[in-house]
Amino acid sequence: MKKAIITVVGRDCVGIIAKVCTYLADSNINILDISQTIVGGYFNMMMVVEVGASAKSFDTISEELGEVGKTIGCVIRIQLEDIFDMMHRI
Amino acid sequence: MISRSEILETNQMIEKENLDVRTITMGISLLDCIDADRTTLCTKIRDKILGLAGNLVNTGDEIGREYGIPVVNKRISVTPIGIIGAAACRSEEDFVEIAKELDRAAKDVGVNFLGGYSAVVAKGMTSADALLMRSIPEALSNTERVCSSVNVGSTRTGINMDAVRLMGQVIRQTAEKTADADSIGCAKLVVFCNAPDDNPFMAGAFHGVTEADAVINVGVSGPGVVKKALESVRGESFEVLCETIKKTAFKITRVGQLVAKRASEMLGVPFGIVDLSLAPTPAVGDSVAEILQEIGLEYPGAPGTTAALALLNDQVKKGGVMASSYVGGLSGAFIPVSEDQGMIDAVNAGCLTLEKLEAMTCVCSVGLDMIAIPGDTSAATLSGIIADEMAIGMVNQKTTAVRLIPVIGKGVGEQAEFGGLLGYAPIMPVNPFGCDAFVNRTGRIPAPIHSFKN
Repeated sequence: MKKAIITVVGRDCVGIIAKVCTYLADSNINILDISQTIVGGYFNMMMVVEVGASAKSFDTISEELGEVGKTIGCVIRIQLEDIFDMMHRI
Repeated sequence: MISRSEILETNQMIEKENLDVRTITMGISLLDCIDADRTTLCTKIRDKILGLAGNLVNTGDEIGREYGIPVVNKRISVTPIGIIGAAACRSEEDFVEIAKELDRAAKDVGVNFLGGYSAVVAKGMTSADALLMRSIPEALSNTERVCSSVNVGSTRTGINMDAVRLMGQVIRQTAEKTADADSIGCAKLVVFCNAPDDNPFMAGAFHGVTEADAVINVGVSGPGVVKKALESVRGESFEVLCETIKKTAFKITRVGQLVAKRASEMLGVPFGIVDLSLAPTPAVGDSVAEILQEIGLEYPGAPGTTAALALLNDQVKKGGVMASSYVGGLSGAFIPVSEDQGMIDAVNAGCLTLEKLEAMTCVCSVGLDMIAIPGDTSAATLSGIIADEMAIGMVNQKTTAVRLIPVIGKGVGEQAEFGGLLGYAPIMPVNPFGCDAFVNRTGRIPAPIHSFKN
């Protein structure tokens, strides 16, 4: 199981979650958890996903998510979960 | 499960506070390349470096993408060339040829610096060591990425004053040979006391003879993160201040540990150490000086600076030690002048002097670093400054170093421009009184006594 964290930040508009989730589904990436808020018109979403089953390399997923972000005016990042675990858990 | 605020905190550190992995440095032993024929030696060195480090840069970049954190530098350190070249080199030119080969290898694998054009002469110099040291000006002015260091003293052996005297001359000649670029050759040359074998940071990195065939050492950095954390505890007690630094250092170092383990796994090279460092860059918000200001000083150099720095250095180590399975290298706060905008400002404001910097080096890693001084500073004065700094390291059982740049053709009030990570520096005044008779004495300063400490 290779878990990653996706963060999506940008101005709110219709279809952000749909676009991101469609891409993930097409890439065989399972979503384990989603949380989302809107503060001052800014959309802020975090997802925990499982990337191990995808046929795509992590680099490709990262690049393609960046492209998806551009089409909806958001910055989308994907990072392996370990960096957060290491930093915040002993 | 990781919380939203934790994710935000980490990404804020990376995006806004310049948290990065400063360097992944692969240490490579060249002991098995030793050969009596210089051409064969160069071929073996090249093959070994390309064989082991061919994927270093790609791996570093890939790790950076996986975790979303910049891995700024990928570098190589090698066994001191004074040892490796001893059988093959009969002249300074022979050593310079090795330096050129190292430079080509560094360019071919894509690392931005390769350290280890070094001699370890704390007690005495072999004839090969002396040749290497004399070849440094030529080697550094004919290469781009090769870094050189010389260890001239240690707590166990004392200070080799013959080497100190020679290094004063070597620094001057290096400055003269690179005079057209503000004597930048000297930025790639460090003189050490108690040099560590596993330092990942340039210009002083070399792969000591106590090390394995190859090893991955990682240096992390994040002065901006510490500064930001301290903004939230303005006016609080020392207890709160220290706890905040420790917690932040822990988090920063954990990232280094993660990256080091991952790099070691991907490259199939054992993990060596994480260097717990606060290494500044000229970028705004990436400054150790700003941390000292946040602790409560108007500028670094003001009364209280040494105490503030001692506190900072110690808390960084306390927080970092638990975050990594193996800690080594230089580990501490670096106080280079040209690479830290806050230090430059302090010099320009007239607050920070060479003498105060020397006092600061007693309590931090590492030493008098990236300080531009007038181009007419004599070799004897340079040796005197080196001797002072080495004495601090020797007596206090710590690493100290000197990386001074006598900027040929410039004087106090002018500025030296180095560019990139090396930054720029105002030229600082040097005490004008002589020390020639002291420096011209031959031999060694004996090792200090380890009892009766006061």
